[in-house]
This record gives sequence, structure tokens and C-alpha cells, in this order.
Amino acid sequence: MQNPETPPDAKISIRGLTMAYGSFVVMKDLNFDIQERDIFIIMGGSGCGKSTLLRHLIGLREPAKGEVFYDGKSFTKTDEEQRGDFIHRFGVMYQSGALWSALTLAENVAMPIEENTKLKRKEIDELVSYKLSLVGLAGYEDYYPSQVSGGMNKRAGIARAMALDPDILFLDEPSAGLDPLSSRRLDDLILRLRDSLGSTVVIVTHELASIFAVGNNSIFLDTATRTQGAIGNPSELRDHSDNPAVRLFLNRGDESESSKA
Amino acid sequence: MENRDISAPRASWQRDHAGIQLVLSGDWLRDGSRPEISGEDPGKVAESYVTGDLGEFDSTLPAFLLAMFRDRGAADPSLDGMPENLRGLMELALSVPERIEAKSQADQRSPLAKLGGVSLSVWERLTSVAEFVGLTLFSLGRFLTGRARFRGKDFWLIVQQSGVEALPIVILITFLIGAILAFVGNVQLANFGANIYVADLVGIATLREMGVVMTGIMMSGRTGAAFAASIGSMKANEEIDALRTFGFNPFDFLVLPRVIALVLMMPILTIFANVMGIAGGMLVGALVGIPPALYWQETLVSVTLTIASLGVLKSFFFGAAIAICGCLQGMNAGNSSAAVGEATTRAVVASITSVIVIDSAFAAIFTLLGI
Repeated sequence: MQNPETPPDAKISIRGLTMAYGSFVVMKDLNFDIQERDIFIIMGGSGCGKSTLLRHLIGLREPAKGEVFYDGKSFTKTDEEQRGDFIHRFGVMYQSGALWSALTLAENVAMPIEENTKLKRKEIDELVSYKLSLVGLAGYEDYYPSQVSGGMNKRAGIARAMALDPDILFLDEPSAGLDPLSSRRLDDLILRLRDSLGSTVVIVTHELASIFAVGNNSIFLDTATRTQGAIGNPSELRDHSDNPAVRLFLNRGDESESSKA
Repeated sequence: MENRDISAPRASWQRDHAGIQLVLSGDWLRDGSRPEISGEDPGKVAESYVTGDLGEFDSTLPAFLLAMFRDRGAADPSLDGMPENLRGLMELALSVPERIEAKSQADQRSPLAKLGGVSLSVWERLTSVAEFVGLTLFSLGRFLTGRARFRGKDFWLIVQQSGVEALPIVILITFLIGAILAFVGNVQLANFGANIYVADLVGIATLREMGVVMTGIMMSGRTGAAFAASIGSMKANEEIDALRTFGFNPFDFLVLPRVIALVLMMPILTIFANVMGIAGGMLVGALVGIPPALYWQETLVSVTLTIASLGVLKSFFFGAAIAICGCLQGMNAGNSSAAVGEATTRAVVASITSVIVIDSAFAAIFTLLGI
């Protein structure tokens, strides 16, 4: 564990994080950094605590031990009221979209803009239709979430996450349940957004194709040891990780491939 | 970026040998000033862009350009001259064409047509109630002939929720209502020195009306709302569709046990309510100088078995009405969380209304029959 006295200089730093539900420890001793403009993948088997880690990063759950830093400032030690400064820089897409079901897709994207800026109606409408166009939903402004498919809900969730041009975009299982082409388009979208807006993206996923297509850094959560299995570029981990569980995961359980390293 | 001055965003049109050009300059930021548009507007999209003086930009710039493309009907506009990152975003935004037919979702009817729609929907709602009552009767018929399927465990859980768990609040409220009746009655009757008749007043009022009506209203708010909310959220989660695909009749499975449970529990709650109402009156009677033994004797004299059975008779109907209102609104709820809230509100309003309406109907019938 790094010395906790020196403030870390990465975009997001996690130091000695232990996550627990009551006395049940989900993951312990997580230490990693996410640099600016990274597309960082949180991966691991089902139920290993990927989404829980994400919830710790955005402050929906408090760590049992350890700290989360943004730009060297402790998020964990900031009290609820002052967390707004951090949270305004986040854009979060939840696993099932979590759109507000009483609002249309356009209203879903518009609400954060209305509440946080002084833009006029027309400008908000332009921004909203641009955000929806980015995720391929142009023309679906007046639909309610229950009237469109699950994949469209998910993409609308991404549009909402991007509403305020966030510094850091958190995506929980963005490509799960999408067809291969939409999933590919989404990967493309994530890369382009990073390149043109310079955002940092944190993705929870176990879709191998996406992991290799977009991720330049990653953490593998190991269910067996209940701590981080490996950290690094996913393609390198696949071929050269010294942790067999990581190689197995990234090779889809293919023993012969994973034992080559 | 903190050190540099932020300049105002500008867009100006120009026309030269290269065709129509749009010159973009300044910083296009959400919190900055609004863009200034100058030059002679050609009414169509630019053939190329000059972005040498373009500073920083956030989503406002691509949003502005996209809105312009849409306004001018350009499906595949030229993006020449844009910096790489802006071009990438514009390509992405333009890659899936806008769904024109999707746009027509918004309600574009005239106000008169909307008014007509509202009036027709009142009639539709009435027929849907009639239909629902009919379906409930069919379902009851299937139950009586042993062909309706629902889980016994669910049924007993509903019995517990709408019976035992509702008992404390019913007891408390009706006890207080009995006490209030006795207080008010005593003030008036004492003027005539006839305060022993408080017992008659409380006994008859509670057994005929107050016990059963108060129980009905409490159960509307408590159990009717719970029925609507639980069935409504099952609907929103596609759980009702899941029941259907497994061959269960959602009506038998969800509505029938609730109706039966409440029809059975309402009379029991009403009997408790009646006893507690009289007990409340007796307590106040004791405080104003009517000995409980005397009060009890007076109650027995004034109250007949017929009077006592009227309230209980009504409670069967109230139970059926509350359960049907709650289930009807739940089954007709929309597919969103807001719709569940609306369904719950409608269920409470409808069941309280139906309790009062049925009670008035009974009052008229009893008067005609001279009971």
C-alpha cells in the first residue's frame, strides 16, 4: 500500500479501499490510479463487486476502509454538502439506464441541463437533440422510456450521462444486451468522446470485445482472493499476466491460450 | 485554459471563390456568452468551414451546427475545414439519420378534440369498471367450481395484511370516533337531562353507520392503495405478462384472492370497530357520570340484532368495492413508476367514493323497507 500521506496525482486514485456490506467483505485492499483521458475498465466475473466498486467511486456507498481521491483531493473525506463540486463533474450511466420513467427521453436529458445552467429553451433543445443524435436516437425526443427498447434506454442513459459534458464518464455495463453492431457503435462513440472531449471514462463490463476495443487500462477483481487480480492494459494482461485467473478470464476460459504465457 | 481570456463565440457567413463558408471563432462554452451570427445568411448549409480562430468548445458548438443542418434539411452536409475532434463528433451525430416518423408522437390534436377525448374517456372508464366487475364475477364463478388457480400462501398473506395488520388502526380510530360521538351527544342531551340517551345515540350510530363507514374509509386508504400499488408495480415490471406466459390467469391469480380476502376480513374488522365504538362511548359516559353497567344496559335496550346486522351486511359490499377499485386501478396502471403513483391515487379516491355511494344506496333502501 502506498504511503497515504502523499496526495496522489492521478485523475482518480484509490488507496487501500475495502468494500463491505455489513460484515461481509466484498473486496479488500484495492489500490489503483486512473489517469486523465484513460478508458479504464473494471472487469471480473459476475457478482465480484464491479458495480459496487463503481458505486464507491461515485459516492453512492461509503468505503469500509480506504479512500478515493479525485485530482489528489479526497472524495471520501469530503462531507456530503461539499461533494457537489465533485459530483457535477461526473456523468453516470446505470446498468439498466435508470431513466426517469415519467419523463420523455428529451426531458430526461434536458433536466440536468435545466437545473445546472442558464441556457434558454431553444439552446437546451438543440443540446438535447445533439446528445440524442450522438447515441443514434435522433427523432426519439418525445418517446417515454417504456416505449422504446432496452438498448435504446441504455443509449439514452448515456446521452443523459453526457448532458453536462462531464469530465469523467462512468458507464455500468454499457454494451450488455446490445446487438453486436450497436455495441461496436457504442465502443466507437466512447473512443470518439474521449478523443474529442478529453473525458476520462470508467467502464464496468465483462464484454471481452469491448474490453480490448476501448480499454487502455484496467483492473481485474478476483473473486477467489477478494482483491485486485491485476492492473494494466487488457491486451497485455491477456497475454502476459502472471495471474492465471486473469489470463483465463481474458481468454474466455480457454486453457491452452492462457497457459501459453 | 484558466490563463487565457475567453472570447465571445462568433459565426459569420462569407462567400468567395471556394463557395459558401462559415467562419467559426471564439470560445463556444455553455457558461459563456451566446453566439453572434453575422454576414449574409445564404439559407443553406456551408460548403466549408474556416476554424482558424476557433478556441475551446463544449457541446454547444456541435449542437448549434446540428440544429442548423436539421433546420436546413441537410442530411449529408460537408464538414470540410472542421478540426478533427469537431468533425468526429459531427460525423457521429449525423451517422444515424433522424427518425421523422418518430417525431409525430406528441399530441397534436386541437383543444376541441382533446375535450372530446376527455369526455369519451369518462364513459370508457365507466364501462371498464363494469367490465372489471363482470370479470371478477366470472373469476369467482371459476373459483366456486374449483377451476381458478391461485396460491394459498399468497391468499393467507393478503388475509393477514388486510385483516390482522389493519386491526390496530381500526380499533384506535373507531374507539376515538365512539368517544367523540358520546362527547358531542352528551353536550346536547345534558340540556334536557337526558344524557343516558348518549348510549342509544352511540350504539345506533356506530352499529348502523360509523363503524362500517370508518372501517371502509380506513381500508380504502390502507389496503385499497396497497393493492393498486403492488399490482401496478408488477405490471410495470412485466410480471403480469410473465404470469400470463406460464398459463396463469392474472385475474384469478391476483384479483381473486384479494377480493375474497377483503370480503372476508371487512365484516370481522367491522365487528371489532362496532365494539370499540361502543367502548369509546362507554368511557366518555363514565367520565360524565353514566355508570358503565347502566350504559351497557341502555345500549342493550336500544340496539336490536337487526340494527347490529345492518352494518355487518354493508361491510361485505364495502370489502368487495374496495378490493375491486384497488385491483382495477392496479391492473390498468401504465408501465412507469409515475403511473403506479397515479393508479394508487385513483384507487383511493375511487374506493372512498364507492364506499360512500354504496352507503347512501343502502340508506335509501333501508328507509324504503322501514328498517
